[in-house]
Amino acid sequence: MPMTMTQKILAAHAGKDHVQPGELISAQLDMVLGNDITSPVAINEFEKHGFSEVFDQHKISLVMDHFTPNKDIKAATLAKQCREFAAKMGIVNYFDVGDMGIEHALLPEKGLVAPGELIIGADSHTCTYGALGAFSTGVGSTDMAAGMAQGVAWFKVPSAIKFNLTGSLAGWASGKDVILHIIGMIGVDGALYRSMEFSGPGLASLSMDDRLCMANMAIEAGAKNGIFAVDEVTYQYVNGRVNRDYTVYEADPDAAYEKVYDIDLSAIEPTVAFPHLPENTKTVSEISSPVPIDQVVIGSCTNGRLSDLVTAAKVLQGHKVHQNVRAIIIPATQQIYLDALRMGLIETFIESGCVVSTPTCGPCLGGHMGILAKGERAVATTNRNFVGRMGHPESEVYLASPAVAAASALAGCIAAPDGQYCGKGGNAQ
Amino acid sequence: MNAQGKVWKYGDNVDTDVIIPARHLNSADHQELASHCMEDIDASFAQNVRPGDIMVAGYNFGCGSSREHAPIAIKASGVSCVIARSFARIFYRNSINIGLAILECAEACDHIEAGDEVRVDFDTGVIENLTKSERYTAQPFPPFIQGIIRLGGLLPFLKDQSSEGGANA
Repeated sequence: MPMTMTQKILAAHAGKDHVQPGELISAQLDMVLGNDITSPVAINEFEKHGFSEVFDQHKISLVMDHFTPNKDIKAATLAKQCREFAAKMGIVNYFDVGDMGIEHALLPEKGLVAPGELIIGADSHTCTYGALGAFSTGVGSTDMAAGMAQGVAWFKVPSAIKFNLTGSLAGWASGKDVILHIIGMIGVDGALYRSMEFSGPGLASLSMDDRLCMANMAIEAGAKNGIFAVDEVTYQYVNGRVNRDYTVYEADPDAAYEKVYDIDLSAIEPTVAFPHLPENTKTVSEISSPVPIDQVVIGSCTNGRLSDLVTAAKVLQGHKVHQNVRAIIIPATQQIYLDALRMGLIETFIESGCVVSTPTCGPCLGGHMGILAKGERAVATTNRNFVGRMGHPESEVYLASPAVAAASALAGCIAAPDGQYCGKGGNAQ
Repeated sequence: MNAQGKVWKYGDNVDTDVIIPARHLNSADHQELASHCMEDIDASFAQNVRPGDIMVAGYNFGCGSSREHAPIAIKASGVSCVIARSFARIFYRNSINIGLAILECAEACDHIEAGDEVRVDFDTGVIENLTKSERYTAQPFPPFIQGIIRLGGLLPFLKDQSSEGGANA
């Protein structure tokens, strides 16, 4: 029976030749991830049920990224609990202030996830690693506890939706615009319980950063996972990072898909998701009246990678952030921060009036480092624009690419770098 | 097993950020989480919810973050069952793993209104609307998931499986 990429990875990790949609399986895990918010709940469960050691000290990653550097005493207490647990259990991949980064940028960068592997994380954006051709999915803290104890998780085998990519991105369009376009098309539950599989002749033109961004937001369409076919771009990324054997899985040519969408990348325009759902999308050119803003955030597990910062700097170079806007730039890892520094990007940001922060999830989830007041609006390169996501329940978040976010910071309202802004044509600068 | 209570009714796409806003995630204390449950869309909920009350909502309930704090906050607030047209998948598995009863039933979600008195029989999946004298039927869980619920959550289930050689799978 033919299988999708996801079904093949699940079958292999369940010790089966075949699996079919709807089947419940128990699968072996290659990596179990948690952060400073979700791990304490998992550690409490782990200890409450009398487990005394983890299944594999090398296959657990604990990343202190959400409320770090600790924003208050309670957050510091949670991080301390993780730190002590990691030391007691001998967990090798524990990342704290100084060498941490935002988890979903950090794990691929460190070579801790590889094609064909099966990863669970107590963070919904764990689906990011599908960019490398892995099966990875977000779970809760109890699943994380079980994974740490026994190295297994239960799954219902998903059916899949295929996205056949053609053409290549033009102008300022990026992976973020592609995934926002797709979520706008299928809705926030358009892929509920299913896999989103990305392949086709257009794939080769997408950079790894574009793919990581797209897989990251599969959860915003309700998907169990997003996964990309493995190609030269994948090998170039993992070579030198992953120093262990891995298996590449390909979907069978006659695999069954619930739906197949053809996406012409060359037709994708800069796209923005309006409050309060990621499916409320418009292209910037469709915005009919000006949307003045108070804050811009460029960063997160979605868009805090080096190419995102390069794009933002290109737009900001030689210009000043609008007087009504606070612009916050957050490199996603220490390595990305260092690379940006050496490339002169940090200087560009500061000279244009932005602030640059240490890696943190911070403002994306309304944690710290950029909370919105009542009635304020932000353009953010993050992944969610729910009610109250970045602060006051009456604040608003507009999701966009780094290029649109940077252009909006200069214009003081939602704008594209090619001159479309404030609901009319013209020069954003 | 049964549940009975007054209904709190919400719409589609109730996300984990409104179930428990991230500003309160610096605590893992169940009662503290419950005290902020739903506050960004319904400030009256946490103060007025009573043990046994039932939450009814539309499509994609619990979408967004993987935070287990969300089903924990609902359970700790006293809610005995959540009935929705559909659940976001991480919320669905988190609820099962921590023992919060959830049911998918479109008919119930169409007919039940805020404040109705509703009784749920988990063994049969029958939902009785005592206010309107109506009955609806939800899909029962598959046996594997019933096993997790019967043993009180995922970790006791796994322990039982390893000691019984998987007899209860």
